[in-house]
Amino acid sequence: MGTPERQLSSIEQRLLNDFQHDMPLEPRPFARLADSLGVTEQQVLSLLSRLQDEGVVSRVGPVFRPNRVGVSTLAALAVPPARLTEVAEQVNAFVEVNHNYEREHEFNLWFVVTAPDTRHLRGVLDEIARATDLEPLELPMLEDYFIDLGFPLQWA
Amino acid sequence: MGMISAPFPAMPGHHEQALVAAVQAGLPLVPRPFAAIADRIGLTEAEVIGRLRDLRDRGVFKRLGVVVRHRELGYDANAMVVWDIPDVQVSKLGTCLARFPFVTLCYRRPRRPPVWPYNLFTMIHGRDRNQVLARISELVDSCALDAVPHLALFSRRRFKQCGARYQPPCVHTTEHPR
Repeated sequence: MGTPERQLSSIEQRLLNDFQHDMPLEPRPFARLADSLGVTEQQVLSLLSRLQDEGVVSRVGPVFRPNRVGVSTLAALAVPPARLTEVAEQVNAFVEVNHNYEREHEFNLWFVVTAPDTRHLRGVLDEIARATDLEPLELPMLEDYFIDLGFPLQWA
Repeated sequence: MGMISAPFPAMPGHHEQALVAAVQAGLPLVPRPFAAIADRIGLTEAEVIGRLRDLRDRGVFKRLGVVVRHRELGYDANAMVVWDIPDVQVSKLGTCLARFPFVTLCYRRPRRPPVWPYNLFTMIHGRDRNQVLARISELVDSCALDAVPHLALFSRRRFKQCGARYQPPCVHTTEHPR
């Protein structure tokens, strides 16, 4: 991780920066991207496949707005440091957990739980509490002041 | 225990659920990705495109496009910066903070006294810790937050990262910052 192992080409940089939003919803979207980059559709597909293999691109697709399909909440646990790796793995084991980070605080494990409905979400949080013997802090989103998650990348 | 935000009106129809399930892990990287998805879930290409347009127009997606992993691009530092803002000011200040391009999330969340007094959460990315700290200072100055208690919770290890999903698979990772 960290800095990519190779220098990204200018085409790759544009591919990553310029198409974080507004993917064309038409039969051949990658051909449209290719046109604006001045390359072929096959080159766009090859570059995206490679960037995905390298882990630079997570996916090409939608980023869902929270709580529009299903429900979600941010949660945190204050884990005794000696147990952190073990508890992180217990939390990871739930398919409903989609981010899980160690952070610098007494509440040192932060994760997002997503489920089809409130009852399912409640059940997952209860199971995490039971499995870890720790009480999750539940911090569901109440208001979103932000418009978008894509942000302008600056190339070193 | 805390409350959970209520779901918005349910997205109707098993076709839409199947569509969400089919696209949540990303589009297939083929010339006609919507035709490939259509084949999988028993719709036509035109129906898939039409329904995705509808989901986009209804705001179910924040965006549709290339989803990059910031750490792999050298954005090694990220801090969840949390602020304890008087309730009457939180919308105004949240809107102020959300305008900065390096603020990638800006949410109001409930306080959980006594252990957790913070009610506004921002995610701030940077190439390193010092850049993130400089950006926090910029926010404090620009939005007049000098008197507002705040904390920067830098990330250490990433144990898991993937998009919100309602079905497996999801990649597990354990990565250590340098």
